[in-house]
Amino acid sequence: MSRELFKFKGGVHPPEHKSESSTHPIHAAPLPRKLVIPLRQHIGQVAKPVVNVGDRVLKGQMIGAADGYISAAVHASSSGVVTAIDLQPVPHISGLPDLCISIETDSRDEWIDHAPLDYQAMVPADLRMQLRDLGLAGLGGAVFPSAAKLDPGAAHSCPTLILNGGECEPWITCDDVLMRHHADEILQGVAVMRHLLGSTGILVGIEDNKPEAIAAMQAAAQKVDFAVEVVAVPTIYPGGGAKQMIQTLTGKQVPSGKLSTDIGIQVFNVGTAHALARAVHHGEPLISRLVTVTGHVLRRQNFVVLIGTPMHTLITLAGDRDGTTGVLMGGPMMGVPMPNLEVPVVKATNCILVKSNELFPPLPRALPCIRCTRCADACPAELQPQELFRFAKAGDFGRAQEYHLFDCIECGCCSYVCPSHIPLVDFYRYAKSEIWAREKEKRAADLARERHEFRQFRLEREKKEKAEKLAAKAQAKRAELAAEPAAAGSAPSDADAKKALIAAALARAQAKKAETMPKNIDHLPPDKQREIEEIEARRAKIREMARQPLESEEKP
Amino acid sequence: MLTAILVMVAIAVVTGLVLGWSAIRFKVEGNPLAEKIDAILPQTQCGQCGFPGCRPYAEAIAKGEADINQCPPGGEEGVKKLAELLGVEPKSLDETHGTPKPKSVAFIDEQICIGCTLCIQACPVDAISGAAKQMHTIIASECTGCELCLPPCPVDCISMVTLAEDLPHWKWKHPVVMLKKVA
Ligand code: SF4
Ligand code: SF4
Ligand code: SF4
Ligand code: SF4
Repeated sequence: MSRELFKFKGGVHPPEHKSESSTHPIHAAPLPRKLVIPLRQHIGQVAKPVVNVGDRVLKGQMIGAADGYISAAVHASSSGVVTAIDLQPVPHISGLPDLCISIETDSRDEWIDHAPLDYQAMVPADLRMQLRDLGLAGLGGAVFPSAAKLDPGAAHSCPTLILNGGECEPWITCDDVLMRHHADEILQGVAVMRHLLGSTGILVGIEDNKPEAIAAMQAAAQKVDFAVEVVAVPTIYPGGGAKQMIQTLTGKQVPSGKLSTDIGIQVFNVGTAHALARAVHHGEPLISRLVTVTGHVLRRQNFVVLIGTPMHTLITLAGDRDGTTGVLMGGPMMGVPMPNLEVPVVKATNCILVKSNELFPPLPRALPCIRCTRCADACPAELQPQELFRFAKAGDFGRAQEYHLFDCIECGCCSYVCPSHIPLVDFYRYAKSEIWAREKEKRAADLARERHEFRQFRLEREKKEKAEKLAAKAQAKRAELAAEPAAAGSAPSDADAKKALIAAALARAQAKKAETMPKNIDHLPPDKQREIEEIEARRAKIREMARQPLESEEKP
Repeated sequence: MLTAILVMVAIAVVTGLVLGWSAIRFKVEGNPLAEKIDAILPQTQCGQCGFPGCRPYAEAIAKGEADINQCPPGGEEGVKKLAELLGVEPKSLDETHGTPKPKSVAFIDEQICIGCTLCIQACPVDAISGAAKQMHTIIASECTGCELCLPPCPVDCISMVTLAEDLPHWKWKHPVVMLKKVA
């Protein structure tokens, strides 16, 4: 059975360095004394802490709840006591800390109650919420919440499901060994995906430098009750990129600015399928993952690592060596340098690559672009990297966007081939983050404008209402007065009306005065007189009391 | 719970309607140039330009009655954009109107606040919530950092807090190291 394959444009062939780590069995990394679990491990809304400092937590207990639809929960990777909920260093290139929950483990590794999900009997929306609460996120590196990706949306089904076992990035082998050793479980996860997405065609794309993984997946495919096509695709970087895998397998291109689901295709990493199987068939949240520890270490291999384990413990486990020049999370093409090694392993950590000068000689210094267009030839997204570079460098972000900056997958092919050794991808990342920041600023300014205008409108309205009230009152008075002289038989002019108004006001004031000074007290019996005096005294007291808050209100 | 949700929804709908209606009803007609200028101004509404808000300043620029370099929150970049829009030479910011400051938001010390409502009356974007004799709070996401609420406060309990860079707001820096080497 052979399938027609398609070629995407560009791509490069960096040295693979896979066999060093892929041939060793998987080891479990020991339980660390302290776990530091970041609440932001996925794309979307950061999880909200649901435990307090001092709480005892069990393995698999939710410690951070998903906040919204594009979000995922985080869980305690082992049992112990929560010692802190604060900002801690996280594996991010900025070196900035982020909110984390620290757990001192008690070495009992005691599980919380958990049970398999009867996924076929569940309402799909409920099942997706469960998966979100089990913390599932894409393990290929993008860590997009899986529950949201398992929603076929308005289309009600997603005909093609692609399982991505490409793993094109050099040095990394965690997907390879996962397929070799857990092929059956991966396909159990695929069964759940298929159920939720209503997919009919299921393709597993694996690069042909992984024959053992292909064989294992093919053997597993024989055992399941649905059709799975395991396809060996040519080894070329970045053939394991989602868009590239789609094009290789189906010949379809995802249009710029669209999602693959818009053309009826959804792609998942094999690791995600495995985690999904653990979640559904065992009720286990995502608390561990496979991590390749490779590069400048004594024993290059894959470990099952609890989320929250500090990276340095893994490097020690693999045997650290002198001459280390830095550590990347991820591979040499797309990996990000780690600010320090205290940072924890997170859901996105597929590889810890230790660098040395022999393995990764420092790049010669960058030279000006000679416009050789080698980068354009290598770009799998069919962009013009040299133009994007020019615009990004000059801060001309509008032009960069016109040249489809946001289609760049940051694969690094352009930098890899550039004879001038320009760190092109850094410029694209810079431009993208500037554009995002500006959009945010623009939104904030729009909000401020709207709120300011609304305030102006409110003040205006209040003023108008006050004026109207006054006008209405004056109108009423005038009508009243107009009626009086009319009864007296003389038609009043405007000046007369005004005079009358004043006269009426005077009369009113006099009347009021007269009211407060009753006249019928001239000839009263003494007891009545006393009574009146008492009442007067009380009145004066009340008046005194009433004046106080009034004054304080007028001038604070 | 349900009533709470319903009430919130009702409030949202009503304010939405009012806002939408006022947007149509009070649409400032005319001067499209002023509109374009206003779109560039940062909407801090601080009045440092010498006008009671961004919109009046925009109108003054459109009429040629004000220079383009009077808005400190917009900074040099804002001046550049205005110059581009109007097709004139960019100039440096007029320092007599103030200098750009890092983005900050107001913070009310609720222990000291006496609930006098004076700051609410001063805030151009209604970013302060509170009622008479209740302590007041700034809605940080809506505060533009204009500092107009500072002077009226009789007990000086409002201070400006500079927004520190955190992960969600972190930006990639321009890869200048390499540029220096090239130059
Ligand atoms: S490969 Fe490098 S030097 Fe050649 S055009 Fe691209 S950016 Fe310029
Ligand atoms: S990093 Fe971007 S521009 Fe460079 S080759 Fe990859 S997709 Fe093209
Ligand atoms: S100085 Fe303040 S009020 Fe004037 S335009 Fe700038 S932000 Fe708006
Ligand atoms: S809270 Fe203060 S600083 Fe913030 S927008 Fe309102 S008046 Fe300006």
